[in-house]
Amino acid sequence: MSDSDLQAFRAETRAWLEANCPPEMRQPVKDEDDIYWGGRNATFKNDAQKAWFDACVEKGYTVPAWPKEYGGAGLTPAQAKVLREEMAAIKARPPLSSFGIWMLGPALLHFGTEGQKQRFLNEIARGEIRWCQGYSEPGSGSDLVSLQTYGEDKGDHWVVNGQKVWTSYADKADWIFCLVRTDKDNKYQGITFMLYDMASEGVATKPILLISGNSPFCETFFDDVKVPKSYGEDVPAQVGEVNRGWDVAKYLLGHEREMISGADGGNTGTIGAALTRSNGEIDPVLRAELAQFDVDALAYGAMGEKFLDEVKVGKAHPAQPNMMKYAGTELNKRRHELMMAAGGSTALEWTSEETDGGKPARNWLRTKANSIEGGTSEVMLNVISKRILELPGA
Amino acid sequence: MPLYYDDDQAMLADTAGQFMAEEGSIKNQLRHWRDRDCKDGFGHALWQQFAEMGFAGMLVDEDDGGLGMGQVEANIVLEQIGRNLTPSPFMSSSVLAATALKHGSNDVKGRWLPGLVSGEKVYGVAIDEGAKHRPERIGCRAEKSGNGFKLSGRKDFVLYGASSEMIVVAARTSGSDSDTDGVTLFAVPQDAAGMSHDSVRLVDSSMASHVTFDNVELDGDAVIGEVDGGRAVLDAMLVAGRVGSAAEGVGVAGGAMDMTVDYLKQRKQFGKVIGEFQALQHRAAHLYSEVEIARAVTVKAAQLVDGGSERADLMASVAKAKVAKVAGLAVREGVQMHGGIGMTDEYDIGLYMKRDRALQEFLGDQYYHAGRVAELSGY
Repeated sequence: MSDSDLQAFRAETRAWLEANCPPEMRQPVKDEDDIYWGGRNATFKNDAQKAWFDACVEKGYTVPAWPKEYGGAGLTPAQAKVLREEMAAIKARPPLSSFGIWMLGPALLHFGTEGQKQRFLNEIARGEIRWCQGYSEPGSGSDLVSLQTYGEDKGDHWVVNGQKVWTSYADKADWIFCLVRTDKDNKYQGITFMLYDMASEGVATKPILLISGNSPFCETFFDDVKVPKSYGEDVPAQVGEVNRGWDVAKYLLGHEREMISGADGGNTGTIGAALTRSNGEIDPVLRAELAQFDVDALAYGAMGEKFLDEVKVGKAHPAQPNMMKYAGTELNKRRHELMMAAGGSTALEWTSEETDGGKPARNWLRTKANSIEGGTSEVMLNVISKRILELPGA
Repeated sequence: MPLYYDDDQAMLADTAGQFMAEEGSIKNQLRHWRDRDCKDGFGHALWQQFAEMGFAGMLVDEDDGGLGMGQVEANIVLEQIGRNLTPSPFMSSSVLAATALKHGSNDVKGRWLPGLVSGEKVYGVAIDEGAKHRPERIGCRAEKSGNGFKLSGRKDFVLYGASSEMIVVAARTSGSDSDTDGVTLFAVPQDAAGMSHDSVRLVDSSMASHVTFDNVELDGDAVIGEVDGGRAVLDAMLVAGRVGSAAEGVGVAGGAMDMTVDYLKQRKQFGKVIGEFQALQHRAAHLYSEVEIARAVTVKAAQLVDGGSERADLMASVAKAKVAKVAGLAVREGVQMHGGIGMTDEYDIGLYMKRDRALQEFLGDQYYHAGRVAELSGY
């Protein structure tokens, strides 16, 4: 696409956003219910949220880079970047957030059958089904491939038994994409990537209370859950082949790591200026730490940009998301440590109005999970050692 | 503009990489001249080759006989210089002096540019006064005298100063030491009466001089740009030099890291290759991650310089500070992971450590530039 075509697209996009994105949807997200997740039981917080969502569904902008036949707008990477930039310029909220968009969608686009794409991708794009991800188990964290949740083959269906943990929003999800062992004798080639309804008999969820006081994750239990092998013609219940779910999982972990890394440039501003403004005089040693942090953060911002540029043309090393995840999450933890230090005793407040219900402390605690979820920093370093530096025996 | 090289730049990187790895190698240049106690600290034959390759005048406009290239291209050459520890006057002549001369009158250009482009001449720059880089303060004075000036004072850390046919000197022509205005740049020829060099070999085997100016008489033609208006030109030189030395630092870091990772794959202890030990793997992987980030921000800063962006100054300091942190880490980890042989002169890893130390100080260390990032960001 030529530069002038892209410029025309930018002008169109700007006009469309101006006409369709209500002012309320250009405010920063303050509460959990400011984020629209979709699903069978979803309700809109207000008319503006609904109007913005409806307009985006109509235009394919809940999933702008997906093909039109699956509910997207079929934008090229360059156009999608323009849309992101224009949305960022007016601080537009995402119309729809979901693990379907971030995780299952990319897996289906890569591994799914035509029937699966037609059904599931369209449901995701229209926000009809809210998905959750069943990966980790109590005994399988960093060593995910050791997972034990078992699906017994009963001819036309499986019977699934086991337990998942750290299932994000399992208590609010409609369906799950779940790693299930279907061959106990084959570690890597004995896992199936299954899709099933969380309303099935035998599924139970229990939220986990975190140190931040929030409960975004659940324990999820499967007790003789019957999963049909097919949901209709060309709509098998598994993504990819039976017993080859690890390939899909690995592909998705790459996506997840990229997402957690903040490579989209969400966290690239300087914090020193903001913190000194809001906290008055700052200790010179803390100021020096802030400056060192800002050097690292601005440099990482450039890395994020370079990484996305390289991904677009296939120049990035396939294991590079691991490096981005490692560096990005460690940086984010440091950011919040410094914000707490600059905030002093105010930042300790857990319930006050001034801190909007303890936002600084809760956010600080939340970031501690960044370098654990989606693969720990230590696992990231293992992967870099082995796949990029090609060090032996890692 | 995407943050990777276009086809022409990738080709330049190949050419420069091959040239520096062969002609500019540690064995052929750094060790060769060091072991002969060469007073220049670099090889004139190699400088000739820099000119033949077009590198010497790559930043000089095409109208003036150069290649009219930008910071991204200069950085490509500098990264290879860093990787091979190639001693040359490229930074002082082709980046700093060339950037200054861009702002000179046609007479000034006509007098100095041909010798730079052809590789016959080497130029230096005199900015620092004292052991730390503080260009906000210029105390070296040039008093009006007849049609010209009389220059007095002292400059330090003038790289390859004694070998330079001309030195670009930042001097004060009005106001007090810390004023922004009142700075003028002069092209001072090697034979100027009253200029003397106290030339010293540095830890990395490069040569630098303390230059003393004792009533050096300069005619009006020696002025580069405007009298009292030299700060803008000086700032342009500093940005180019800082982003350029960040690129050289990326080369030093990358060279040290690659050498170390190779060593981890060869050295055996306790019956296995030490690269199998997770304690070393994690440190190597962390280093890799940091070097990637340092490289990215350096490319970004170079593109901003070429685009004339308002953010170029800030990102130049970010790049210089980040690369200093990362290159420092790379050489320290390099020596440690090499163990005892890392302390020997026979192995090259120690040469990277020495070069990095000198580069850290050049045009401002990481603390200076982190401080600048804070100031430019408003705190």
